[in-house]
Amino acid sequence: MALYSEKVMDHFLHPRNVGIIEDANAIGEVGNAKCGDIMKMYMKIENDTIQDVKFETFGCGSAIASSSMATELIKGKPVAEAMKLTNQAVAEALDGLPAYKMHCSVLAEEAIHAALDDYRKKTEEKS
Amino acid sequence: MIYADNAATTRMSEAAIEAMAECIRKDYGNPSSLYAFGQQAKERLEKAREEIAAVIGAASPAEILFTSGGSEADNQALISAAAIGKKKGKKHIVSTAFEHHAVLHTLKKLEKEGFEVTLLDVHENGIVLPEEVEAAIREDTCLVSVMYANNEIGTIQPIAEIGAVCRKKGVLFHTDAVQAVGHLPIDVTAENIDLLSASGHKFHGPKGVGFLYARKGVLLTNLIEGGAQERGRRAGTENTPGVAAMAAALKERAANLPEEQKKVSALRDRLIEGIGRISHSALNGDRIKRLPGNVSFCFEGIEGESLLLLLDQKGICASSGSACTSGSLDPSHVLLAIGRVHDVAHGSLRLTLNEENTPEEVEEMIQGVTETVEYLRSFSPVWRSLQEGKIPHIL
Repeated sequence: MALYSEKVMDHFLHPRNVGIIEDANAIGEVGNAKCGDIMKMYMKIENDTIQDVKFETFGCGSAIASSSMATELIKGKPVAEAMKLTNQAVAEALDGLPAYKMHCSVLAEEAIHAALDDYRKKTEEKS
Repeated sequence: MIYADNAATTRMSEAAIEAMAECIRKDYGNPSSLYAFGQQAKERLEKAREEIAAVIGAASPAEILFTSGGSEADNQALISAAAIGKKKGKKHIVSTAFEHHAVLHTLKKLEKEGFEVTLLDVHENGIVLPEEVEAAIREDTCLVSVMYANNEIGTIQPIAEIGAVCRKKGVLFHTDAVQAVGHLPIDVTAENIDLLSASGHKFHGPKGVGFLYARKGVLLTNLIEGGAQERGRRAGTENTPGVAAMAAALKERAANLPEEQKKVSALRDRLIEGIGRISHSALNGDRIKRLPGNVSFCFEGIEGESLLLLLDQKGICASSGSACTSGSLDPSHVLLAIGRVHDVAHGSLRLTLNEENTPEEVEEMIQGVTETVEYLRSFSPVWRSLQEGKIPHIL
């Protein structure tokens, strides 16, 4: 019985959507180095849809897998739908995380929300 | 597979396995039984006791008590010294900030029973100063406990000097020597040690067995009550196979100590040099006064668990002091004790070698660690911020 599920290991070893978006119009960074987990999400949002999303993460296997899966779950989706993403959905999509690692999925959810809040603020400023 | 986690556990040596197998097959009697077959087992036990006493320089085999391992030995040593102190009205204990949890948690328990504990600073180099031990000793100090060598960063403490201070001041001196026995030359008599803990599986012996050395005259308190085994100090039928294997392993280590120290130190030095080339990295603990096989580094911008998982993919077994691996939110108390800030302590790696590792393996480790750190940094927001000058480099 391995520490992590196959899905978690897959997303950890082959993370999807890694990197930054130079002209991102939505950026969210959460976590702190003190607790050992930091996630940064970059998004390109057009027509209220997440056209592109990338992430950078400082953290453990669960943290990297959670951020990778989270980006997969919201890519190409409307902003309203992405806002509804929960950490449980991320954990479920990964076939579960150990109980003491669930906070990594929470961080991924918060990173997405932080980026979408950033987008909302920027669009409100414009108008 | 490259096994570089010998501080966690070691492979049993052939001599140890043979001793254990022979004991299990031939001398399976209960050492407390009156008949000859039982007494055979007793002889095995006592022979092992003699051999172990000789290796560590104990005055008599009667000073060696067999336990289930290092943790039990630590517990019994501290509880016993505390009980002696309590009877004399002395309830102050001096120890260090980076002891193993078997010591620290037992001290916490003693604090709840009214003892006062002073934990000494271990400084940036991970070494306690004898002067500071002396300064911390009070009229009501009943025990000083300082580990022989630290398990995470490998730094070797000035045990003989501390022993001399304690002897001068009339205070009992315990050392958790779990990482040192079998790897460094220890002489409890010359070093003025009153109590010493050791664990079989750290020196090619089996898991589940260890010993506590207690100088004659130091009254031990039982952790386990029952039969009269171990001079009435630890009840329970003795683990003769485990003890026999442990003694065989220790004898072997003692016989080969100088060559093994030399060989392993050379591997360690090359590994430190190779890994030290990685930018913004730092060795943890004194460069010189460290165990022959211990390599401990912190790398900026990355996290330890992901480093270990990726090294595992490359077939390299190592450990880390990151929070994720400790199971709590704080990284290793040892790294914090030597002044590493959280950000950096999370990015730690410990590789511990022994005489079975090879120069080729060391080169593979250097390459594997270098590549992995580079890969993790390539998508770390912390590394990006460091490189872009948004936050200052610490290492």
